[in-house]
Amino acid sequence: MANILKKSEQELLLGNEAIVRGLVESGVKFASTYPGTPSSEVGNILEEMSDKVGMYFEFSSNEKVAMEVSAAAASSGVRSFVFMKHVGLNVAADPMMTLAYAGIKGGMLIMSADDPSTHSSQNEQDNRYYSTLALLPMIEPSTPEEAKDMIKGAYEISEKLTLPLIYRTTTRVNHARSIVKFGNIIDTPASGHFVKDDKRFVNIPAYARGNRVRLLELYAKAQELSEVSPYNFIEGSGEIGIITSGVSYTYVKEFISDISILKLGFTNPLPENKIKDFIKGKKAIIIVEELEPFLEDQVLRISGQNQLAVPIYGKRTGHLPRAWEFSPDVLKGIKNIVKVKDMPIPLDPCTIKLPSRPPTLCAGCPHRGMYAATKKAVGNQNVVYCSDIGCYTLGVQPPFNAADFIICMGGGAGAAGGFAQVTDQKAIAFIGDSTFFHSGVPALTSALFNDHKIVMVILDNRTTAMTGHQPNPGTGRHYGNVNTDAIDVEKLVKGIGVKFVETIDPYDVKGAEQVMKDAMAFDGVAVVISKCACPLELKKQKLLIPKQCVVDQDLCIHCYTCLKMIACPALIKKDKKVEVDSTQCIGCGMCANVCPKNAIKVKQ
Amino acid sequence: MKYTVQIVGVGGQGVLLASMVLGNAAMRSGYKVSMSEIHGMAQRGGSVLCTLRFGDDVISPLEATGGADLLMGFEPVETCRSISLINKNSSILMNLDPVYPSMVAAGFEEYPDIDNLVKFVRSLSSDNLMTIEATKIAISAGKAVAANAVMIGAVAATKGFPLSKNLLKEVLLETVPEKFKDLNSKAFDMGFDAMSNQNPL
Repeated sequence: MANILKKSEQELLLGNEAIVRGLVESGVKFASTYPGTPSSEVGNILEEMSDKVGMYFEFSSNEKVAMEVSAAAASSGVRSFVFMKHVGLNVAADPMMTLAYAGIKGGMLIMSADDPSTHSSQNEQDNRYYSTLALLPMIEPSTPEEAKDMIKGAYEISEKLTLPLIYRTTTRVNHARSIVKFGNIIDTPASGHFVKDDKRFVNIPAYARGNRVRLLELYAKAQELSEVSPYNFIEGSGEIGIITSGVSYTYVKEFISDISILKLGFTNPLPENKIKDFIKGKKAIIIVEELEPFLEDQVLRISGQNQLAVPIYGKRTGHLPRAWEFSPDVLKGIKNIVKVKDMPIPLDPCTIKLPSRPPTLCAGCPHRGMYAATKKAVGNQNVVYCSDIGCYTLGVQPPFNAADFIICMGGGAGAAGGFAQVTDQKAIAFIGDSTFFHSGVPALTSALFNDHKIVMVILDNRTTAMTGHQPNPGTGRHYGNVNTDAIDVEKLVKGIGVKFVETIDPYDVKGAEQVMKDAMAFDGVAVVISKCACPLELKKQKLLIPKQCVVDQDLCIHCYTCLKMIACPALIKKDKKVEVDSTQCIGCGMCANVCPKNAIKVKQ
Repeated sequence: MKYTVQIVGVGGQGVLLASMVLGNAAMRSGYKVSMSEIHGMAQRGGSVLCTLRFGDDVISPLEATGGADLLMGFEPVETCRSISLINKNSSILMNLDPVYPSMVAAGFEEYPDIDNLVKFVRSLSSDNLMTIEATKIAISAGKAVAANAVMIGAVAATKGFPLSKNLLKEVLLETVPEKFKDLNSKAFDMGFDAMSNQNPL
């Protein structure tokens, strides 16, 4: 990771690194998040260095809480930054909608990192609509360099308007790299004071009505700022105009020539006059934007209101796709309208059958043991595996096939109650430790409350693994000069009244199988806690004790139970023999545990 | 001048580190640089693709399909999977040492014959293919993890590659931890030599 605090003129930075640099330069003193790709690196960097710049940073237990703590900081006059992936904003939308009514005092940015093409997400929702829904101004950078630069300007706008701003990025900005020039670092107060103002901060109906009008007035002011914003600019000249924003701008700029470009960085409210003037006199207008026709529909409206008879091309005319992220390739859709750079003919795809390489649970991953045990315990019974968001989502793959229903964070646990109610299938909900704290607790209390006889398996690997090993309430906090105790999952579950609670070691697959059988037979809510630290995290902390599994070839009967049940990537089938890849094996012993002939030994 | 490299491989092979070395070397050569990488699932053994673009005026982090000047394949199957990223005039640097996907290791899928993969790539682009056994070379240099340094050395010897050998090596050695400098230096040189011997300039 690049040192973003370095005294340097320029660095080749990842978008997320550039964003942190932008926060530092803007003197931001409070930041909060729940980890989610493509925004995760921002949190990992802040965890390491926020205290060095006098900034408070926290991983909150979910995005809603992250929004609320940052809202409080900004309401007390401290510059704050809350960030999350696009679906995280769904969780945080509730506080955001009314925060817009209350407004803030210190600047506040809400970063929504969208993921077109769902590189690491369950959907590709277009969060630009949140800005029109909440009536919050929105800024959208196109490159890492802009991502850093625009943060400063965005805070100034936020403070001028006394409104939080939505700072919207996409994977190809967060995970792009470009040369970023470092600027001056300014300082702002690290602590604030909340001044009681019920009319703004207590949105009871009587005050909310007034705040609704206040928000509309501020929105009109934002519109004026957008008209004159340097983030909305025109470049190039030609009879055909392209209106674009975000990473799409970079494709237009490099791969299309002889056009006039209206590049939008302040994308809500739109600069309506600037757009009107841009359209006037053009032969045609093309809107190039990823995902939904967010700009396009508004440009069509502006054009209609001003009775401009210029054809407008984009998604509504079928020239550009609505699904998946853009690349220079999609510009072929408008090559009959504008001059698109010639693109070479690609080589033909490979005709040889290539093996698939999906991401998979790691060698020695404890989830493998818990899935193997569950499959064995379930046998031929009809069950619905409700799963959730995390590494364990990969349990959908063979040989486990242990995910039937996944919608969102905490969603499996909630859905399990519904399946238990309306079907005669046993509902088993897998949920990670971090996800449990995020939104699994309300689902569990609801199952108890309504007597849904579910089995909840908490896959407690002592970290938020998938997004890059962030701490969570179950690990305690040990960064930024704050130390807190870990919250004990078992005590919590017992404390709310779950009668069947068992903590097991998933490396003991046979033991876990018996517990799962008991849990499934239990007449009520059953919770099984599969407690075992993620080996990647142990490796990182240099706590992994080196061990190896060894196959005794004389005892092996080639039944392949180890492969069929655990399918660990460290087990390799060579001709008939099963061998262990010593570079991958961590000696967890799951394969040894399930071997019917004790042919696998764990060696220290 | 504009130059695009597509770097493909598997999580853990050092694809991202290699792309950073190339990117920083391009920046120091005075070029503009724009890169894109796909993270996230890579750590779980999935494929990794990194796009590196540099030149007098680049801004797009992605290249058109077929538009890359060089395909740097850290793994044979991944090279073949991504072959459409380049065209008949592009160069290909292909590591022949495989990393078996988990389903192959477990015996559920087959890994194709590597000679056939090479034959296939050669049939599309016979003049521009350079092969290297980067992992084997790295092992003989001291450690398999230095395969990415071997690949960077090999790239430095690739015909028409716009960044200088000395600069690439300098940036590589600044990027790796102190205790691995000697290993990486040796691996880089061995990669460079292996390529120079294959393609006398």
